[in-house]
Amino acid sequence: MIELVSAERCINCDLCVRVCPTNVFDAVPGDNPVIARQQDCQTCFMCEAYCPVDALYVAPFAEQHIAVDEQALNEDALLGSYRRAICWSPGSRPQPDQSFRLLRGG
Amino acid sequence: MATNAHTDLRTLHTDVLVIGGGPAGCWAAWRAARSGARVVLADKGYVGTSGATAPSGTGVWYVPPEAEAREAALASREALGGYLADRGWGTRVLDQTYANLEQVAQWGYPFPLDDQGRQRRTSLQGPEYMKLMRKVVKQAGVSILDQSPALQLLLDDEGSVVGAEGVSRQGDERWQVRAGAVVLATGGCAFLSNALGCNVLTGDGYLLAAESGAELSGMEFSNAYGLSPAFSSVTKSAFYRWATFRYEDGSLIDGAGSKHGRSIIARHLEGGTQVYALLDLATDADRQYARSAQPNFFLPFDRIGIDPFTRQFPVTLRLEGTVRGTGGLRLVDEGCATTVRGLYAAGDAATRELICGAFTGGGSHNAAWATSSGYWAGEAAAAFALQQGRQSHARSAIAAGGATQSGSQQLDSRALIQAVQQEVQPYSKNLFRSGEGLDASLARLDGYWRSVRQSTPATNAAEQLRAREATAMLATARWMYRSALARTETRGMHKRLDHAGEDPAQQHYIHSGGLDRVWTRNHRAPWHVPALQAEVAA
Ligand SMILES: Cc1cc2nc3c(=O)[nH]c(=O)nc-3n(C[C@H](O)[C@H](O)[C@H](O)COP(=O)(O)OP(=O)(O)OC[C@H]3O[C@@H](n4cnc5c(N)ncnc54)[C@H](O)[C@@H]3O)c2cc1C
Ligand code: SF4
Ligand code: SF4
Repeated sequence: MIELVSAERCINCDLCVRVCPTNVFDAVPGDNPVIARQQDCQTCFMCEAYCPVDALYVAPFAEQHIAVDEQALNEDALLGSYRRAICWSPGSRPQPDQSFRLLRGG
Repeated sequence: MATNAHTDLRTLHTDVLVIGGGPAGCWAAWRAARSGARVVLADKGYVGTSGATAPSGTGVWYVPPEAEAREAALASREALGGYLADRGWGTRVLDQTYANLEQVAQWGYPFPLDDQGRQRRTSLQGPEYMKLMRKVVKQAGVSILDQSPALQLLLDDEGSVVGAEGVSRQGDERWQVRAGAVVLATGGCAFLSNALGCNVLTGDGYLLAAESGAELSGMEFSNAYGLSPAFSSVTKSAFYRWATFRYEDGSLIDGAGSKHGRSIIARHLEGGTQVYALLDLATDADRQYARSAQPNFFLPFDRIGIDPFTRQFPVTLRLEGTVRGTGGLRLVDEGCATTVRGLYAAGDAATRELICGAFTGGGSHNAAWATSSGYWAGEAAAAFALQQGRQSHARSAIAAGGATQSGSQQLDSRALIQAVQQEVQPYSKNLFRSGEGLDASLARLDGYWRSVRQSTPATNAAEQLRAREATAMLATARWMYRSALARTETRGMHKRLDHAGEDPAQQHYIHSGGLDRVWTRNHRAPWHVPALQAEVAA
């Protein structure tokens, strides 16, 4: 589930508030959004994909809350890694979907 | 912030209201707008990220119009689907999907090229596809209401659907849309099991429709379970075709597999034995291409530092219910009309038995159905609404959901959700069904229904939504298990321990409906002819 809104990176655009399918965030006027309903997070990673500055981190655990360390995430290049993987980061080169080369179906 | 003021009732007038903005809803909204209708599209979450497709991505049943390939595509599924699908509907869906994906290409979706330089259109990346759909829907002039779950339909005094009411959950205000026709594209019901993208899918559309008198079909085919790492939401199952399934010590589990052999995985999990997967059957080429095909599959592994090709990881099976099942609202014509005037259904909200019978899973039918049925429902709803003219807005309207919570007790929605989950999630109850087990579950579920009837609606938007989701899950579970009880055989995904094997006499659909009293009815469609006879005729 969602574990981090990085105060260092966040530019208060509130895009994550708008796009979260389960309405997990609350906007705060003039400040970073807050994770208001973490237990409603469905671990879909969509907020990460839309955040323009890679300020969010969704930990891979669907049922379990964990503490995260922003600096470690930074060092492991995990902030923004999903946005890079789907080629939505500025300047990332599109990676054609090679599904058709794999076995069909599913 | 949450107040119960509710003084603000935002009212809109339109020709077509589409509820749910996944692929089915977007196609419906786009098609209706292109037909000249004014369209409002309301989603519980955000059009572009919400629903099963956006975070997951889908393979698509896309088959070029070449006789042999089409024949193979239709034939390959007949036995798998328990001989309940119709070739006529299958052909229509293949044609419409082919045309719609050409449209998607023209909109600029970056389909990959093969070595001959031809576009390959059998896979859609979820975030990209749904971002594009939001864009084209907006460009077509559709008004989008994000974060705006519908809570009930509006009926005129003849029982036609003339709109819906809901809440805007980021402002705690109510909205009402008066429309000439309504398309339900609210997806399936996955019972809040944390399967990828599925927690917005609580069967709301089934409940809204049933409160208006609509019928369902195939609700026994509602026990799809998706494989995922035990800790993760990512129920992307395709790559498990490369998996061997093992015990903690690395020894192989006899007979366990992702396609055939899921039951063995379930039996172990149920008995408290953790099952592990290792994707060691993947070739070097598979490993090379897999990341670009499904970037989301690798997210959980990268984030815990495991290479799934070389290190085994614990797995689980998460209930996806009707999302990758086939049951849903019953359709009565090629325009995806339900049994209620003015109400249409598309995508997972509607039954997919017409094209895949008793089983979906891998095979990409759901995505093809979402785009095709959305297209048809949008077209038909627009034609109906435009022919009605604006007079429907003048008629008085009653809210169809009002009667459901008509008592005075407080409803504990969270407790109700858990209670329903306890009946539908265990493999021992839903994957391996028996008459005795279904009866016992239904007795409890019927009791929960009586307590919902004696409850009173909550006052703030968030609680109202949760109560409706809990109620929809409960209603869905009751249609599911009544239908499962009525099908005294094993067919497709519906497995009865006490009735192993397909019974030729039950080659029919099971319709269902009702709220206080849930009913089922067998229906033999013209295409339900025994397999042998069909071969002779052909
Ligand atoms: C992990 C995963 C992988 C899959 N892979 C494949 C595949 O490879 N091939 C394939 O064919 N299919 C696949 N499927 C199934 C496919 O994703 C669905 O069939 C498809 O998304 C259905 O589209 P839809 O528009 O009907 O519903 P959805 O995409 O689920 O959208 C429903 C929408 O309705 C909204 N909604 C719900 N309730 C309300 C309400 N009360 N008011 C307003 N809005 C509401 C939701 O917010 C959501 O946006 C997969 C599913 C999953 C979960
Ligand atoms: S999307 Fe990113 S930058 Fe924008 S408010 Fe959310 S966290 Fe901050
Ligand atoms: S992971 Fe999905 S559900 Fe969780 S906060 Fe992000 S967008 Fe919302």
